[in-house]
Amino acid sequence: MSVVFQKTKGLTDNKTHYCPGCSHGIVHRLVAEVLEEMNLLEDTIVVVPVGCAVLALNYFDVDAIQAAHGRAPATATGIKRVHPDKTVFTYQGDGDLAAIGTAEIVHAAARGEKITTIFINNGIYGMTGGQMAPTTLPYMKATTAPLGRDVNIQGYPIKVSEMISTLDGAKYVERVSVNTPANVIKAKKAIRKAFEVQQKGLGFSLIEVVSSCPTNWGLTPVKAMEFVSEKMIPYYPLGVYKDETAEEAK
Amino acid sequence: MAKVLMKGNEAVGKAAIEAGCRYFFGYPITPQSELPEYMARELPKVGGVFVQSESEISAINMVYGAASAGARVMTSSSSPGIALKQEGIGYITKANRPAVIVNMMRGGPGLGTIQPSQADYHMCVKGGSNGDYHNIVLAPSSIQEAVDMVIEAFDLADIYLTPVIILADGLIGQMMEPVEFTNKKQREIPKKDWALVGKGKGERHITKNLDLNPLDLERENIELFEKYKKIEENETQYEDYLMEDAEYAFVAYGTSARIVKSAVRKLREEGYKIGLIRPKTLWPFPKEAFKRNNIKKYIDIEMSMGQMVDDVKLACEDVHKVVFYGRSGGVILSSEEIVDFGKSIMGGAL
Repeated sequence: MSVVFQKTKGLTDNKTHYCPGCSHGIVHRLVAEVLEEMNLLEDTIVVVPVGCAVLALNYFDVDAIQAAHGRAPATATGIKRVHPDKTVFTYQGDGDLAAIGTAEIVHAAARGEKITTIFINNGIYGMTGGQMAPTTLPYMKATTAPLGRDVNIQGYPIKVSEMISTLDGAKYVERVSVNTPANVIKAKKAIRKAFEVQQKGLGFSLIEVVSSCPTNWGLTPVKAMEFVSEKMIPYYPLGVYKDETAEEAK
Repeated sequence: MAKVLMKGNEAVGKAAIEAGCRYFFGYPITPQSELPEYMARELPKVGGVFVQSESEISAINMVYGAASAGARVMTSSSSPGIALKQEGIGYITKANRPAVIVNMMRGGPGLGTIQPSQADYHMCVKGGSNGDYHNIVLAPSSIQEAVDMVIEAFDLADIYLTPVIILADGLIGQMMEPVEFTNKKQREIPKKDWALVGKGKGERHITKNLDLNPLDLERENIELFEKYKKIEENETQYEDYLMEDAEYAFVAYGTSARIVKSAVRKLREEGYKIGLIRPKTLWPFPKEAFKRNNIKKYIDIEMSMGQMVDDVKLACEDVHKVVFYGRSGGVILSSEEIVDFGKSIMGGAL
C-alpha cells in the first residue's frame, strides 16, 4: 500500500491542547507543511505569543522562543537582525497582535523587517476565557461585552490586513480562512508565498487567518465554522491586500 | 593606549563595542541620547546593527530576541524609559539570557526632570519587574569606572546568564573625563549552546518563559536563587576610602560617592576620623562592609529621599547606627552640605 498522506515533519508528536474545532490545529499543520516543503525546518525560529498559542513551542518542530504579550514582532526583530540568514516567524492571536502588541506589529512592518507573521483572528480572547478582542465583531457577545459589542461604547474592530497593507515595509499581506477545504488550500499557498517573500529578503509579510473559537463563542465546531463563513468573512473579506513581490523582482 | 577625553554616554558606547557588543536597540531620552546616537554612528563600522525602536518596551524585547539568538547586546535609557523596560527585563531574567542595560538616572517619579538623580535604586536593585528575581547592578562613580564596568558587565551577563544593569546617572552620562580603554583580559565565557540558531541536524533550542506547573516554576526559581548565591559569593564589590582608623563612615555610591569623597577629605583636614564605604555592586549588596564594631554611625548619602539606606540598615543590623541625608528631584549634592551634615552627626567627636 502506498502512503498518500502523512503527518508533516514540521510538527512534533506532542498532543495539542487546542479545543475541538479550533482553527489553530489546521493552521499549525499548514505552516509546518510549508516549512517542510521549503526545506526550512533546520533553519527556522518561531516566536510564539501569549494566548492559546503560547504552547505552540511544544508543537512546531523548530527552534522556538516565548515572547512577552504582544512583543513577538520586536523579539523576532532581535533574532532576525542577529541571524539574517535564518527564517524567523511570529505566530500571534488577535489580542496579542491587535491590542497590546499594536505598536510592535505596526513598526516591524514599517521597518520592513524580513520576518513573517501568521495572525490568527478569531475575534475573541481564547486563553483568558472569552473576553472582547480588538477584532470582536459589532454586536458579538464576549464576557467583557455581555450585551454584545456596542461600537458607541467599545469602538470598532481593527482590520489588521487593511491597516498593515498601507505600510511601505509590508511586501505581502493576505487574509485567508480555513473554513472550507478550498480555503485551506488557498491558505497554504498564501503561507508559502509569505515565507518566500522572507526567503527573498523583500521585507515584511503577514497572513491573517480568519479563524474559529467554538469554546468561547459557545458554538459547536460545525456551527463555529458557519459563523466564520456567515459573519466573520463578510466583515473581514478574504484576499490579497498587498503584493509587491512582482514589483520588487523587476 | 593613550587617554581620550570623552563624554560619559559615548564612552559607555565605545566600551560596549570594545567588549564585543554588536547589537544595540534603543529609544531616545534625555540624559542618555548620546549613547544610542554613538551606537548608530559606530556600530555599522564594525559590522554591528543599531535599531531605533518605537518604544523602550520594544527595545528591551528586541534585546530579549537578540540575546536568545546568542549575541552580545545592549540597550540604554533613563528612568522613565527603564520603567517601561521592566517587563522585558523580567522575561530575559526568567529565560536566563545575557543582556546589558544602562540606566542614566534622572529625577522622578513620573516624567520628573532631566537632571541627575539616584532615585531608581529600588526599581533596579530590588527589581521593578514581577516575580522572584535579582539582576546584577553595577554603580560607576566616574567615566573611567563606567567604561571598565561595561566591559565587565558583558562578561558577567554571559557567565551568569542574567541581565546586568549599569546604574549611573545623568551626571556620569553628560560630563567629560579622560578615559582609557585598556584591553582588560576578559573572562572565560561558557559556550552559548542554547542560542536560537535553527535546530540543524540536532536538538531544538528552546527559550522558554512559561511554566504552567507551579512545582516546575518553583524548582526553576530555586535554581535561580542558587545562581544568585554564587554571584553574591564571587562578585560583590565595594571600595573603602580612608576607612582604616575611621570612627564614622559615609556610605554612598556613584555620583554621590564622588562628592562625598571631597567631603571626607575636608573633614579629615579638620581632624574628623571619617571615611567612605562605596558599594560598587548594588546587587549583590556588600553586606560584609558593614560588620565593623568600631564604627559609631554610618552616614548614608544619596541623591534620593533614601533608598539604599534600607540595605545599609539591614547590613549593619543596628538601625540606630544609620542616619541618612539626601537631595531629591534632580538636585545635585554639594560637598559643603555633606560636610555640615557630617559635623551635625559627629558633633565634637574630633
